[in-house]
Amino acid sequence: MPSALLYDRLQFAFTSTFHYLFPQLTMGLALLLLYLRSRALMTGDEHYRQVARFWTKIFALSFAFGVVTGIPLEFQFGTNWAKFSNFAGGVIGQVLAMEGIFAFFLESSFLGILLFGETRFSQRVQWFAALMLFLGSWLSGYFILATNAWMQHPVAYTVAPDGRLFVDSLSGLLTNPWLFWQYSHNMTAAVVTASFVMAGLGAYYLLSDRHVLYAKTFLRTGVVAGAIAAVLMGFPTGHGNARQVFEHQPIKGAAFEGLFKTERGAGLLLIGQPNIETMTIDNPLIVPDALSVVVYDELYAEVKGLDAFPREDWPDNLPLLYYSYHVMVGLGSILVTVMGLALLWLRRGRLFTAQWLLWLLMLSAPFPYIATTAGWMTAEIGRQPWLVYGLLRTADGASPLVHSGNALFTLLGFLGIYLMLGLLFLFLIAQTIRHGPSGHSVPSESA
Amino acid sequence: MMETFWYCAVTLMLAIYAVLDGFDFGLGIVYRFVAKTEEDRLTALAAIGPVWNGNEVWLVAAGALLFFAFPKAYAAGFSGFYLALILVLWLLMARGLALELRSHLNHILWRQFWDATFAGASTLLAVVLGAALGNLIRGMPLTQDGYFFVALWTNFMTGPDPGILDWFTILMGITSGAILAFHGANYLAMKTEGPLRGQARRAAWLTGSAVAMLVGLAAAAVPFVQPSFRLNYDAHPIGYVFPVIAVVALVAALGLRRRNGDAGAFYATSLLILAMLVSTAWGSYPNILIATNDPANSLTVANATAGAYGMQVGLWWFLIGFGLVIVYQVCAHRAFWGNVQL
Repeated sequence: MPSALLYDRLQFAFTSTFHYLFPQLTMGLALLLLYLRSRALMTGDEHYRQVARFWTKIFALSFAFGVVTGIPLEFQFGTNWAKFSNFAGGVIGQVLAMEGIFAFFLESSFLGILLFGETRFSQRVQWFAALMLFLGSWLSGYFILATNAWMQHPVAYTVAPDGRLFVDSLSGLLTNPWLFWQYSHNMTAAVVTASFVMAGLGAYYLLSDRHVLYAKTFLRTGVVAGAIAAVLMGFPTGHGNARQVFEHQPIKGAAFEGLFKTERGAGLLLIGQPNIETMTIDNPLIVPDALSVVVYDELYAEVKGLDAFPREDWPDNLPLLYYSYHVMVGLGSILVTVMGLALLWLRRGRLFTAQWLLWLLMLSAPFPYIATTAGWMTAEIGRQPWLVYGLLRTADGASPLVHSGNALFTLLGFLGIYLMLGLLFLFLIAQTIRHGPSGHSVPSESA
Repeated sequence: MMETFWYCAVTLMLAIYAVLDGFDFGLGIVYRFVAKTEEDRLTALAAIGPVWNGNEVWLVAAGALLFFAFPKAYAAGFSGFYLALILVLWLLMARGLALELRSHLNHILWRQFWDATFAGASTLLAVVLGAALGNLIRGMPLTQDGYFFVALWTNFMTGPDPGILDWFTILMGITSGAILAFHGANYLAMKTEGPLRGQARRAAWLTGSAVAMLVGLAAAAVPFVQPSFRLNYDAHPIGYVFPVIAVVALVAALGLRRRNGDAGAFYATSLLILAMLVSTAWGSYPNILIATNDPANSLTVANATAGAYGMQVGLWWFLIGFGLVIVYQVCAHRAFWGNVQL
């Protein structure tokens, strides 16, 4: 049933990609909200309270869509990937169950307090709720990435007589070396997303001369957090990730770079289109020797190309993997540059009057979403043809008795439902933005 | 031993889920009938607003715990009930969106739309989850390597080629709908006052009478549909204590309802739901998924397990984590204790 497999893959890819548009904002915002609430609590400043309240609204909206789209993921391991669940459940069930017990309850219990307790509870209780929310969402990220890190780099397991895998060290699973770089990279990226959204909205308000005081706070907070996080996202976390890919998943690394042939002093390909038929790159723009240096710190180090590996172990969509990686790196570099400039101008006290830079910040707000999505596509398409790297092929992981008619039915259903969800979310966010942090929607008189 | 502990833990999590999200569903079922004015509707929604999301987490956590402890049963069950489970997901999404988004726009059509969505999704969820329980009781045709697939319906009989919906699972679904409506109406009566409480009490009384009848019918059908349950009970008669508790809870709920003891009736329906689910688990043990074709193909706590080390080490974090969960949940429910304030 090859087509059922295709629909299973498309459905999981689509639902998880769509889902992750929301948590990347909420996880990043959870950190920024904790900062805002701490500041409000320490200074007793009403302004920061208002700012925190406004971003709690946006947080809650994004969180709600994250929850709604997240539940299907937990279920789809079983519904569409039964053989994988059966094979690997003895290991990853451990971390997924921990996520449920330790993270989800924490988040949902304290979000209720933050949203419904505005008048009921003191500042201190609300600050505590914000802290718990931050802990819960970052823990949730940790456990889910522990699952993914294990699929990328399986550790701490034994093979049972019937071929299924069982965990043999919980601490080994939770401290998977792969997890360290992956988690730090992913979480700094989440902070980047939230910072760009905050700074972008600030720029929008400032450019349209509305909620000016709030806009400046959004910009200050967003730019400082964004600049720090964007740099960390590239170095050391992005770099660390790429290195471990070349060390443990050399095929994926070669595919990232479009490196068809093993080379000493391999060049770093900036732009170009891979041609699978001729195994060459069209229109290449290459920095000589740079790849060898980046990966091995050595000018003439040998980097293995795709030709060093059997064809059946190549990722099955090489061009898409190559583009995902390049989009991620390219956009990441742009994000660092934009935030770097903004920070410089902020420090010189000129950000709030630099129209061109405000425009740039406003228009850049969607880019972190694209970069993060491309990053996850890089990780997941690059893991192919394996579901669990080196142990279970994707083709062997799907549910054996769910036929293609049923899988297509639900895929189409998800496509339709998520289209509606996306429109609803945009509509409600636009509504919240139009309403603004001060609660009145009319433009200020000075406009 | 370990396997039995995790069987109990999953059962307990699911039972708590049924009690907690059960009143959310029940409130959704009676919502449009008892709350007619906008103010009443806001009050009714505020009664579950801060807690429903946490209640729903019990389902996710229970599912994850099943995955952790009995991955083989999780894999078989979730893929075998493919369509029904995806429908549950879509309904849960609709219910969640309705509760989250209704307040965002002050427009009559917007609110009517989400009210209908909330009520419809809650009703269907209550019925579908009851039918799911019916499927676990009736069993399914498992292959030798431990998978199955059942269509949404076949000939509506419980025979060798059953569908997810047959006469028995439909009966279970309707019973579940009635019990949860009763439960939710009791909850609403407990959390409100004035005319809204009067309406909620009336709804509770009506649904309560239906529950008494339906529970009797469903209970009578169980040993007929799944003879192994009776064998299990006869082999371990101490288990009869759970159905007896369920009967006592039902009688108490109806008696308290009659005397307008709102909180008492709510606790009694909570106990009723708990006792019914534990009774089912007692009857099924050690089976998780019962094979209708060949008992040897059943997935049990012994052959679906996740390995000795994993279960052992899971005990540590589960006991700590479960303690924390109780603390958060008590905090969250306590924070909004008492009558709803708008």
